[in-house]
Amino acid sequence: MCGIVGLYAKNKKLRPRIGEYVSDMLIEMSDRGPDSAGLAVYPPSDAKSRKRWKLTVFSEDARENWSALAKSLGEHLGGDVIISKRASHCVLSGSNVRKGSGNVMDKAGAWIEAQRPDLTVMSAGDTIEIYKEKGLPRDVVKKFNFRDVGASHAIGHTRMATESAVTTEHSHPFSTGQDLCLVHNGSLSNHNRLRDYLKTQGISFKTDNDSEVAAGYLAWRLGQGHSLQKSLMHAVDDLDGFYTFAIGTRDGFAVLRDPIACKPAVLAETRDWVAMSSEFRAIAKLPGAKDAKIWEPEPGKVYSWGAN
Amino acid sequence: MATRKKKTTKKAARKKSGKKVVRKTSSKASSKTSGKKKAKAATRSASGKFDLAKDTTRQLNKALHKPGGTKVFTVTNPGGKHSVAVGAMDDITVNVQGHVGYYCAGMNQSATIDVHGNAGPGVAENMMSGTVRIRGNASQYAGATSHGGMLIIEGDASSRCGISLKGADIIVKGSIGHMSAFMAQAGNLVVCGDAGADLGDSVYEAVIYVGGKVESLGADCVEKPMGKKHVKQLETLLKQAGIKDDASRFKRYGSARKLYNFNIDNAGAY
Repeated sequence: MCGIVGLYAKNKKLRPRIGEYVSDMLIEMSDRGPDSAGLAVYPPSDAKSRKRWKLTVFSEDARENWSALAKSLGEHLGGDVIISKRASHCVLSGSNVRKGSGNVMDKAGAWIEAQRPDLTVMSAGDTIEIYKEKGLPRDVVKKFNFRDVGASHAIGHTRMATESAVTTEHSHPFSTGQDLCLVHNGSLSNHNRLRDYLKTQGISFKTDNDSEVAAGYLAWRLGQGHSLQKSLMHAVDDLDGFYTFAIGTRDGFAVLRDPIACKPAVLAETRDWVAMSSEFRAIAKLPGAKDAKIWEPEPGKVYSWGAN
Repeated sequence: MATRKKKTTKKAARKKSGKKVVRKTSSKASSKTSGKKKAKAATRSASGKFDLAKDTTRQLNKALHKPGGTKVFTVTNPGGKHSVAVGAMDDITVNVQGHVGYYCAGMNQSATIDVHGNAGPGVAENMMSGTVRIRGNASQYAGATSHGGMLIIEGDASSRCGISLKGADIIVKGSIGHMSAFMAQAGNLVVCGDAGADLGDSVYEAVIYVGGKVESLGADCVEKPMGKKHVKQLETLLKQAGIKDDASRFKRYGSARKLYNFNIDNAGAY
């Protein structure tokens, strides 16, 4: 069992409060997932902000010298790297505009991986930031100060581990490519074989977690040039097991349940927001929830907002 | 582990001081103001009003279980909470103003429970008797394993509605999802709208009436003739549920009785 929450601000005025709302949603889902919690945040972005790259990096060392890391990375890339720290995670960002070189973000990621294998890159893109940790949602919310987060939308997860270890790396959301993330409630039964196959296709994995395979699968399909919608429809054929997925994109989010649909999901929409959760009680306290249009997503059908 | 520890300590503390939570509130009320507030609190419980934004589900359910107590209860701000109005055993009425979460009205016996909102998974699960009405939609496995009484869903019900039904009547004004009435043994499932895939898979002696389209029938479930007595039975059920519909437009489905016991000759029926 796990808890999923997602909130998308249709009304821009709600953006500064998304962190606060999603924090309460996460905490409400504590008894669905007390082992760990995580949040993928999409701060409001524009054409200018999208010219920059952003990596969210996790260090187990509480005394990690992020400034020193940023300095060395900046020297390597030949440009400034700015840091923004949140507890055990730090967002490293820099300018993506560079003459005659390849993707700067890929270069930055590869450098971190080679120089500092003890660090984990949680997310990559020009907008997304992923924060996740072991512990009760309440404590994770406090640790990262999620209440202060402003965003156009956010996807969160509370985990009750059933098939692999409880670590920060095993927690959700999982990055599925640039500005993309996935959270999962359920369990996959063909993940070992699928992981082996995806490895042959150049997809790398950090853990033995089943949900990470779903994330890797999506990254692979999207990398083949499929749309998110099409990639998810392929997932229905290729993933064996139970799942409710919420997928965060730079512009919104999508929801998919397996054709058996044992794992719960509720969607709600008002003039101001779209919310998704495993249970209505996480949505109940949002402003205007009483008058929201509420429905249960149908099995095997992709629902999306702002996503493509 | 830290959580567990905390929980145990809380529990232990509660055990130590008996009904700590309830007593604390009442003593607080009485210490602040004397007669007036005390009387107000007493009226509140006597009139059966529960605000789940403040009161706990356990307090509500305890009051429902009190023999010879209040007959009519009103529950406000259910906020999708689990197990609202479960295990009622008396001829009482519970009006719930809002959406409820998992297992609302479970194990109901004799009570009339009216939810003015949507219900989460497992509403009226294992009901024995009484009436449960959901004015909105119901989630998965509504009325699962219920033995008696009537469950009315005025909106839609999702997958596995009436799974393992054991004698209750479920009336759905809207449509139902896939795998409904799976292994249903006795009772009636009435659907005014459409039914999803694999309806009545491995059904025993439960009867299924569908007004709209059936996406597909499950193993060993077949359409059966709609005789006069069936129309009459359906009319009675619809009337009892307070739903106006033309019983003669419905189709009846039930078991082909090939899969009761495993017989290799019937393997093709799966």
